[in-house]
Amino acid sequence: MDAESLPYALDLVAGSGVSLSPEKRAALRASLLLVLRDYRFEKVRLWGRIQCIRGAYYIAEGLGSDRFGPRSRLYSLNCVEWSLLPPPTEEMIILTAGLKGRFQGDPSYEYEPYEKKIDEDRPYDEESPLVKEEIRLVAAVDQIDKAVGIVPRGAYVKTPLGPVHENRNFEGLSLTEAKKLSSYFHFTEPVKLKNKSLLEKADLDPATDFLDSLEHDIPKGSWSIQLERGGSLVVLRSLLWLGLTFYHVPLTKQHGYIYYGTGEKNIDLPFML
Amino acid sequence: METAFYFEQAGIGLSMDENYHIFLALKQLIITHPIQTCRFWGKILGLEMNYIVAEVEFQEGEEEEEAEEEEVVEEAGKEGSEARDEDEEEEKVEDEPPKSTYKPPPVIPKEENRTGANKFTYFVCNEPGKPWVRLTQVTPAQIVAARKIKKFFTGRLDAPIVSYPPFPGNEGNYLRAQIARISAGTQISPLGFFQFGEEEGDEEEEGGAGRDTYEENPDFEPISVIELLDSLSNWVHHVQNILMQGRCVWVNPSQKSEVEEEEGEEEEKPDEPDEPEEEVGPPLLTPLSEDSDILNIPPWTAESSTNLVPQYSIAVLHSNLWPGAYSFAIGKRFDNIYLGWGHKYSPENYTPTMPPPVQTEYISGPETTEMSDPTVEEELALKVAQEEALAAAEEEDEMEEEEDEDEDD
Repeated sequence: MDAESLPYALDLVAGSGVSLSPEKRAALRASLLLVLRDYRFEKVRLWGRIQCIRGAYYIAEGLGSDRFGPRSRLYSLNCVEWSLLPPPTEEMIILTAGLKGRFQGDPSYEYEPYEKKIDEDRPYDEESPLVKEEIRLVAAVDQIDKAVGIVPRGAYVKTPLGPVHENRNFEGLSLTEAKKLSSYFHFTEPVKLKNKSLLEKADLDPATDFLDSLEHDIPKGSWSIQLERGGSLVVLRSLLWLGLTFYHVPLTKQHGYIYYGTGEKNIDLPFML
Repeated sequence: METAFYFEQAGIGLSMDENYHIFLALKQLIITHPIQTCRFWGKILGLEMNYIVAEVEFQEGEEEEEAEEEEVVEEAGKEGSEARDEDEEEEKVEDEPPKSTYKPPPVIPKEENRTGANKFTYFVCNEPGKPWVRLTQVTPAQIVAARKIKKFFTGRLDAPIVSYPPFPGNEGNYLRAQIARISAGTQISPLGFFQFGEEEGDEEEEGGAGRDTYEENPDFEPISVIELLDSLSNWVHHVQNILMQGRCVWVNPSQKSEVEEEEGEEEEKPDEPDEPEEEVGPPLLTPLSEDSDILNIPPWTAESSTNLVPQYSIAVLHSNLWPGAYSFAIGKRFDNIYLGWGHKYSPENYTPTMPPPVQTEYISGPETTEMSDPTVEEELALKVAQEEALAAAEEEDEMEEEEDEDEDD
């Protein structure tokens, strides 16, 4: 969620148990502005908080002019001092895929790499490096963002030249639209869009519909969509990454998401529906 | 409301207006029901709607109406568990001939109101302002079944629970079972705030497990926040641990079913354990430091609400076993709250229990096993042998008849 409207936005998602103490709020409001200035971002967002066994990581992200482009992520343990996270790579994700359990709350904590299956034709790699928690954090944040980072339809437009901008004409979804999963998009490189048939693509507007919608997420029903405050607020909760809450106030530009959980994927989802 | 303020300081909980709405809803509940104590227990998120849970204790003597409901509930509970057994039995009964040897395990009796897992009554509503619905009391069978499954709540109390192993009851029962489990696991208070009642003193010598009541300690000396944070032994559970059986106080299931036992005695039952061993859980008011770890993860995380002004900080505890359960304490005030999906944390993946092995159809013996056909020679040999035997038998018969005749004479 955007740094400017943080107190208001936090209030909207408080229904799922997301809240920060007044001290942290105050700290965030001051420090995120400084981050914005020091790193010369166009926009800074509070991405979320990953609860650890000791303390918590607060994650912020800074955006350049291309909203779809690479983002810089920062983390902090006390909401005041922010440090930059390295950009995620494929390798990191593979390396951390086998790590289980809660985050420790210490960026330099080293995980034992999980035992790789020993291939018969390839000798066992000698010492694989220990995985730092910082790397795991990067990978987890990236995965969450790719899997469940969402925006309402029409909030962003793709210009003919490629960059994606915020849609200044976006006036929010209507209430009926807001209740449908098809009016929310994954804010990452589309995967399923390319596989759609021409017939399906015919109705799409290339400027706004350049992303995958949530409608066909697997497994079916991996989102919980609820109206709160007498229909004046739509809240989506991801069941795949428990803790991700998205809010949108229909007929306004207000939307955003925050992750507030343990940083673990809910792999039991198929059994729980 | 005051506790809500502390929770906000701790960075836990709902927004201020939602808290206020809930507070008003609780007030409405108190007006309409004869309630002695009432507490906001927490909020459980669901797929379609959420549950707001209130924990109440009825006034003494107001149980009549309850008692009536009670019986209905009891029957419903029994039906539920029986239905479950029937399901298993049905399959076997379909093929009539071999008599089913399956005997439903004796139903473990439910705990009385105001004791054990049914100490409090719970009311839920989907949104503050909507009517409160009373949850039926929990049965041990439900708790045991709830331990084995992991399902999302939908938000509708009458929704069926489709799961394996089958859950006896609908979502309302599942919700109640989960509430009981969460309460047992996470309701904590600073050491010394509660003490055992006077009359319970004698029982202490007997075994300690019998103590199930406590009262507020009038001479409670507040423990400083730093001490609360430093050591988990300054916190104690004030809700009884639920045993594997699904009850807080152990009962012997085989005592209840004496009639069945007698019937069963005719045939020997070597596979059944003659007397199940008594389970004893940790006694009430056990310090948290004795909680077991979850695979190297400590079960509780203690935190101070602020490091900048330690003199105004409050002690906050997060449960790692039940993510979403929080407690705070400052001076004489403390409270517990649960905000989450209502699931226990498991570092390993959830695996549904495997279906039981298929019952063998018949005992494999000489009648049912296939044999190679006899050759002609063997058949002839057998025929000869049979004829000989027949002849011998006839002779014997004749002999006997003769003897009989002799006797008659």
